[in-house]
Amino acid sequence: MSRLSDTFARLKKEGRAAFVPFITAGDPDMETSFAILAKLPAAGADIIELGMPFTDPMADGPAVQASSVRALKSGATMAKVLKMVEKFRKTDKTTPIVLMGYYNPIHAHGTARFAKDVAAAGVDGLIVVDLPVEEDEVLRIPARAQGVDLIRFVTPTTDDARLKRIVADASGYLYYVSVAGVTGTKAVPEDEVRAAMARVRAITDLPCTVGFGIRTQEQAAAIALLADGVVVGSAIVGQVAANLNAGKDKVIAEVLELSRTLAGSTHAARHGKVPA
Amino acid sequence: MNQIPNSLRAGPDATGHFGAYGGRFVAETLMPLILALEEAYEAAKKDPAFHAELQGLLTHYVGRESPLYFAERLTAHLGGPKIYLKREDLNHTGAHKINNCLGQILLARRMGKTRIIAETGAGQHGVATATVAARFGLPCTIYMGDVDMERQKPNVFRMRLLGAEVKGVSSGSRTLKDATNEALRDWVANVHDTFYIIGSVVGPHPYPAMVRDFQTVIGNETRVQMMDREKRLPDLIVACVGGGSNAAGMFHPFVDDTDVEIHGVEAAGDGVDTPRHAATLSKGSPGVLHGARSYLLQDSDGQIIEAHSISAGLDYPGVGPEHSWLKDIGRVKYFSVTDKEALDAFMLLSKLEGIIPALESAHAIAHVCKVAGQMKKEDIIAVCLSGRGDKDIFSVAEKLGEKL
Repeated sequence: MSRLSDTFARLKKEGRAAFVPFITAGDPDMETSFAILAKLPAAGADIIELGMPFTDPMADGPAVQASSVRALKSGATMAKVLKMVEKFRKTDKTTPIVLMGYYNPIHAHGTARFAKDVAAAGVDGLIVVDLPVEEDEVLRIPARAQGVDLIRFVTPTTDDARLKRIVADASGYLYYVSVAGVTGTKAVPEDEVRAAMARVRAITDLPCTVGFGIRTQEQAAAIALLADGVVVGSAIVGQVAANLNAGKDKVIAEVLELSRTLAGSTHAARHGKVPA
Repeated sequence: MNQIPNSLRAGPDATGHFGAYGGRFVAETLMPLILALEEAYEAAKKDPAFHAELQGLLTHYVGRESPLYFAERLTAHLGGPKIYLKREDLNHTGAHKINNCLGQILLARRMGKTRIIAETGAGQHGVATATVAARFGLPCTIYMGDVDMERQKPNVFRMRLLGAEVKGVSSGSRTLKDATNEALRDWVANVHDTFYIIGSVVGPHPYPAMVRDFQTVIGNETRVQMMDREKRLPDLIVACVGGGSNAAGMFHPFVDDTDVEIHGVEAAGDGVDTPRHAATLSKGSPGVLHGARSYLLQDSDGQIIEAHSISAGLDYPGVGPEHSWLKDIGRVKYFSVTDKEALDAFMLLSKLEGIIPALESAHAIAHVCKVAGQMKKEDIIAVCLSGRGDKDIFSVAEKLGEKL
């Protein structure tokens, strides 16, 4: 068993969806983002997606792009991102951490070395935006050998044949991208998500989280009725941007406040019922 | 896949790799599109009607074939080998870019796509894309970095005249790399109706092979013209390399001719030992950007380093995957030329031959100036003059301290 499978099993028993906030490591600086990371579980995070900043985040909208720029400007590096997870793990042994980012920084680190280093730091899963099933073996296999899941995407353009191929070697959970587009720019279309979840559930027992386009309590609650997890990224890092001028304590407080609010809606949505 | 045994022209393999380079490193949302594009391109390649239509347009719309011009005064000036210029600058829209754009827009039409997007650096690919979009009556959005829009104003105006929407990109280094990111973001958000015309031999498979194929008309014509004029192949072929599309098209028909030496010329900016250059193959290392594994300018943490060149068309921190492979196997040698050397060659060709070259192409001319002295008088060099320099007169004037 892994922290990820334990978490999804526990949530299933409790009859609620996972709340999965995304923050970028090093945004707006390493110290502040660590303070946020450390307090996210108490603010309702069941799983945390931690962004590895990259200069060219081509699948991200303006909010996450800006977040990546702030992190790199503050001096974030892969070594510091891994240190941050290591430090988090000293006090939190149960909340899964999934690193999310682009392939080139991993390629530069060396995939085999990366797999070892993330496992040693206490990372549970990896989401690599520009590594489709056609190319992901190079990371998926060494990561799996270290007990780290490579999380695969399903999108509105994924047909049944691809879906089959995607779930065949998938582990951990699936990430359904709710809109064709970049992060944080279009609103999540509920009916399409419902249909997509039905397709996914018909061929796999893997949990499936939904992200891209969830920013309000209403949206979080609606998706919590359909999926195993609700991912919120742009709205959260947007709080970093919005409160930068008011100081770091304010940034931390507002990010955590939004997390608490959205986690509340996510957790309360099903009132203990299993998803439709 | 091309199945010629023992040929360097056979790549890429079925999964889009040239040796360790290439591939399809894109978001899952784009993957089905890339696969559909590959299928459509493979079908078009086998369809005589597709080739006939493209050939007709290349002849009557672009004005092909382009001349292979013997540069008599440049040859005399350098005192060495005979220098021939493949005059892609004489194409409609002023550069080789149109060859590829026509091929891709015919494909877009076959696939039923109704909207065109593209990225552009110098603006040549943007102008070529806007041109074919106008010709085929399709709406078109061009992404261009703010910095490039400033230094290539005439091309921005041209694109707008042609009916294209030019969207400035203010992220990152605000040049070609960032315009490409933005075009990819547009594409992923408009997958249902949009065709992305990539302007160079970069991006995910099948783009590097497809763009090369559409540009191979350059090398094919050069080969026939050279046999006609000199009854033999050239000793050396030279082309500039940013992403590397004119070079790919010029080189490809010659890579199996072991007697023909091939040189690609990158932009060294202020110099390859300064932080300001765009010499990806000379100074970069393998990585993954914009859908393919290839040489990149990056730091030790895998972050992309901003490129610099006086030439907006060469100002890109990546390069086509096939070039990375040709470098590694040693078939093509890659050199670099500084801003200053390119500028000198720009002036030299203008004054000696009455041909104002694009700053990109001036890099190839500058390299010829460097190597001519080491070659014999009876040797022959064929240079791809990929574009004309009208678009560059403002930035050159500024460099020379003149106000227009």
